[in-house]
Amino acid sequence: MSSIGTGYDLSVTTFSPDGRVFQIEYAAKAVDNSGTVVGIKCKDGIVIVIEKLIASKMMLPGSNRRIHSVHRHSGMGVAGLAADGRQIVARAKSEAHNYENTYGEPIPIKELADRVASYVHLCTLYWWLRPFGSGVILGGYDRDGPQLYMVEPSGVSYRYFGAAIGKGRQAAKTEIEKLKLSEMTCRQGVIEVAKIIYGVHDEAKDKTFELEMSWVCDESNRQHQKVPEALLEEAKEAAKTALEEMDAD
Amino acid sequence: MDTLLSSEGDSQRTQYPYVTGTSVIGFKYKDGILMAADMGGSYGSTIRYKSVERLKQVGKHSLIGASGEISDFQEILKYLDELILHDNMWDDGNSLGPKEVHNYLTRVMYNRRNKFDPLWNSLIIGGVKNGHKYLGSVGMIGVHFEDDHVATGFGNHLARPILREEWRADLTFEEGVKLLEKCMRNLLYRDRSAVNKLQIAKITEEGLTVSQPYSLKTFWNFAAFENPTVGATGSW
Repeated sequence: MSSIGTGYDLSVTTFSPDGRVFQIEYAAKAVDNSGTVVGIKCKDGIVIVIEKLIASKMMLPGSNRRIHSVHRHSGMGVAGLAADGRQIVARAKSEAHNYENTYGEPIPIKELADRVASYVHLCTLYWWLRPFGSGVILGGYDRDGPQLYMVEPSGVSYRYFGAAIGKGRQAAKTEIEKLKLSEMTCRQGVIEVAKIIYGVHDEAKDKTFELEMSWVCDESNRQHQKVPEALLEEAKEAAKTALEEMDAD
Repeated sequence: MDTLLSSEGDSQRTQYPYVTGTSVIGFKYKDGILMAADMGGSYGSTIRYKSVERLKQVGKHSLIGASGEISDFQEILKYLDELILHDNMWDDGNSLGPKEVHNYLTRVMYNRRNKFDPLWNSLIIGGVKNGHKYLGSVGMIGVHFEDDHVATGFGNHLARPILREEWRADLTFEEGVKLLEKCMRNLLYRDRSAVNKLQIAKITEEGLTVSQPYSLKTFWNFAAFENPTVGATGSW
């Protein structure tokens, strides 16, 4: 996938002769090398799950949150450079806040995705700024029901019913396509995505990982929150069992 | 632009309140805090609005009661909503308690007062967090304190004396409500901006409930009211 962009890759304001902006592509590489982030839209809500690769055994479990609430009804999972992701989340929170102050209702997810995408895109237009080295999967529940969006470092944003970014995205996307998401509740979806993450995690290449999951669904009262402990444990158990069964073959 | 000597254009001198709520009373009881306020919103001497909710929940652990300018109270509720939202978004198992909310409001009120642009309210914040009961008060000039029983406005003059005599730390819920009603009835008789439609709120470790609005029974059969003009000479 890599090509040498000698000379045309020094600035984000330079196009290559074949119409590519290499700096943006390099930014996307930062996302591709991070832990997998998966988001799915079930019939009653959204589930976001992250394979949080643990850099050091000294880190406290539960620290370095990668999924953040943006407002009551929405949250985003970030992949790529953590500090860049923090900025994107901060901007999203600010946009959501301003919208509600002005219009008196929670920001529609489509609008939120639009604004986040515009902001990320902004940072690809000037030579004195660098593109964000992170992509986000944004999920929320508004008047039009649950919605899932993904924003890439290029500033592109699409709506999905299943999305994955990071290391294991190819394998994860294949698995997601096998699921019948429109018939699944979030409760079932949580188990399925846990299995996917455990499945795509590369034991050989990567160290241990921590599973971080959140949802916005009817069961959570349309609020974005961490998946309850009990369900999280159940999902992990089911995923480990499924993995053992696969290994047994 | 905030300069020490602001120009005429952007400075707001002391405002006048337009729609106001009257007293709020609160005290600690055995299981938590009890608070009462009527539902009146006066427009000067006219009792214009009769369904104003002046007792509101703040986050998981606190209850706020406000008297004074109702629009400023709505603004304060917006600030508090933002505060609680950001606190919740941390999602770290911690949540702001009544003491923290009280301190935050004190800062807000005092700083506005220093800019000669006060929020024209007297606020009472009460709540229970981790078994610890808290009850505090803060006014438009930033004066703040904590106590076992507090009141705003006329409540200080008409209700606190009753509370000083009859309040005990181990009041049950039923005794507390009776005591609140005694104070509210006194206010109803004597405060001209009081309205006979009130709500009582209780907050305990388990949570908060605000009662449905109801009215107090009043007693007017005093001998002196039977024949009011009998003792007056040259009545007209």
